[in-house]
Amino acid sequence: MGAPANPSGGGAPVYIAGVGVISSIGDDSAASLDALSNGRAGIGPMRLLRSAHRDELPVAEVPHTNAELASMAGLQATLPRTALLSAIAAREALRGIDTKGLRVGLISANTVGGMDLTEDFYPGFFKGGRYRLRDVVHHECGAITELVADRLGIHHHVSTISTACSSSANAIFMGARLIRQGHLDVVVAGGADALSRFTLNGFNTLMILDKEPCHPMDENRKGLNLGEGAGYVVLVSERLARPAGSSASGSGPLARLTGWCNANDAYHQTASSPEGTGSYLAMKGALAKAGLSPSDIGYINLHGTGTQNNDIAEGTAVKTLFDPVYPPLSSTKSFTGHTLGGSGGIEAVFSVLSLQGGYIYPNLRWHTPMKGLPFVPAIGFVRGAPVRHVLSNSFGFGGNCTSLIFSHV
Amino acid sequence: MVRRGRVYKDGALRHEVHARTARAFLEEVYAAETISYPKFYKMDPLSQLGFLATELLLEGTPLADVRGAAPGIGASAALGPEDVGVILANTNASLDTDVRYYRTVAEMPSPALFVYTLPNIVIGEICIRHGFKGENAFFVFKAFHATFITQYVQGLFAAGLVKACVCGWVEVLDNDYDAALFLVEETGTTPFTAENLKKIYDRPWTN
Amino acid sequence: MDQLMADLKRQIIAQLNLKDLKPEDIGDDQPLFVEGLGLDSIDALELIVLLQQEYKIRLASADDGPKVFRTVRTMAEYIKEHQPA
Repeated sequence: MGAPANPSGGGAPVYIAGVGVISSIGDDSAASLDALSNGRAGIGPMRLLRSAHRDELPVAEVPHTNAELASMAGLQATLPRTALLSAIAAREALRGIDTKGLRVGLISANTVGGMDLTEDFYPGFFKGGRYRLRDVVHHECGAITELVADRLGIHHHVSTISTACSSSANAIFMGARLIRQGHLDVVVAGGADALSRFTLNGFNTLMILDKEPCHPMDENRKGLNLGEGAGYVVLVSERLARPAGSSASGSGPLARLTGWCNANDAYHQTASSPEGTGSYLAMKGALAKAGLSPSDIGYINLHGTGTQNNDIAEGTAVKTLFDPVYPPLSSTKSFTGHTLGGSGGIEAVFSVLSLQGGYIYPNLRWHTPMKGLPFVPAIGFVRGAPVRHVLSNSFGFGGNCTSLIFSHV
Repeated sequence: MVRRGRVYKDGALRHEVHARTARAFLEEVYAAETISYPKFYKMDPLSQLGFLATELLLEGTPLADVRGAAPGIGASAALGPEDVGVILANTNASLDTDVRYYRTVAEMPSPALFVYTLPNIVIGEICIRHGFKGENAFFVFKAFHATFITQYVQGLFAAGLVKACVCGWVEVLDNDYDAALFLVEETGTTPFTAENLKKIYDRPWTN
Repeated sequence: MDQLMADLKRQIIAQLNLKDLKPEDIGDDQPLFVEGLGLDSIDALELIVLLQQEYKIRLASADDGPKVFRTVRTMAEYIKEHQPA
């Protein structure tokens, strides 16, 4: 079989035993894959979020009220939407995995916290004086994680990361490290974010939202669409993934997490450097960690938000690293919108699913090649492509750039 | 260490300034330090605090600006941008700015404030200032978590990912602020342990 | 026109937190972005907010920004042209 001598660059392999996802395109992995293969995006007019921009800005909402989500999650409907989305996806990821007697951790990322509830609470509260984050009970990002940890019965280790759009990707490799270092046996890692007026208004004021469904990687792209959702993977050590003497039957692990890297662009608070330095360093570092070269990558799931700035910076970084041979690549944000804190996790799940059937996801609504880039994204869904390794990019405000590599088992 | 009107560097009191607001305090310290970085005034208090604390932390060290340095090769080579990591944490994330930004939403949302409604932007500001391109992360905890920070950063060194790391705690909420930053390198005077971190955090001054 | 430019300079300093600057430090024809005052993309967005809040003028597209905000004078001319009666 000729597997490289040290496929994980010097560390013990880390396996993905389960995945869970919820977004505007589906309530779980099966529904998501169905949507991805049929070109069904989740971007459209606002239905649930109450906002002055309702008729102006398309979003990618999960088409369920909080009450419906709560019943899917087995939690109270009064909890923040982010917690509900998070719990649903994390539960799906853990389905069928027996964690009795094992050290289990939850590393969850979000940027919005309980903002959906808080922004309804604040207008009255402003009339008063002092406030504390803890006064708004479940507002803070950490509280969301704790709620979900309690629901899942995870107590051994619970952490929250908040690094903007790369948050959940960071959570995933952090989980892998804890397993490699022998601190934990199982880690549920990923993230979630719900739509809120706070972020909608903020992104609108930065003038990077498209008033139409977005066109990532297109020369005439006009911005991103905000979305919501959650994505988690369950990471386990080799010992658990492949117990000695286990038979070939029964579901084995879905993939390995073989590469990761985080770097800072050190350029601007919200814009990427034109050369995409941070992106380049993250991708290069992930390949090095995985012991792979660019030609080993079978598919790149781009960060691809659809903004003028990100797509050219990321595209340039891809060009610098992969030239002259490019794997199929696409942005699934053309389906799910930009789910902020959830995007790294959701796209990690799509990447793992890609390995199951050699799936290449299309980059929807693409028409015109970007000037200066010698490659174009995939525009049709493909099944059975030779995908052995998938590269997934997540780049956040603050110059925080993360790339993950998932590999076949 | 920056807390309750006092700024300590390496155990010695550097400034004592009593100001009405966190921002006023930070701008006075900035002026007293005679740093010239006009973008400082655009930052939110959390970023100003992180920026200042790092400025003092790195004063006089080659890390103050690694932009020009070649990538590190071997223990004695100069540090390069990718060799320095920044790992920070706090309890309230960016709530202080979130609230101020949210007040502007009623009339017209402020782009400059929105930019700072993420706790990791302070890391971005630090990296832009000093040219750091290594691994960086921001965590949210109930309180200063010396054990986590120590383990995480030690892991980075063990994996050969960093040759130096700026790590610690930066918190601003309303008029309360608290920063404890540590510079961790392969060699140094104080062993990098959770115990030492906690000791310094609790008692920033040495007699 | 001169009064408008003088007002604008004060407003720009306040809106963009340019603490170390005084209105006299900004030339009527001095480029505001790149060199000049060294403003960046977020500052451009704040100037759009300024136009809206102080002068009730809505800049339709961020792409018009570089032209309109090139100097204090070009800003003043734009305001004079587009200010609602």
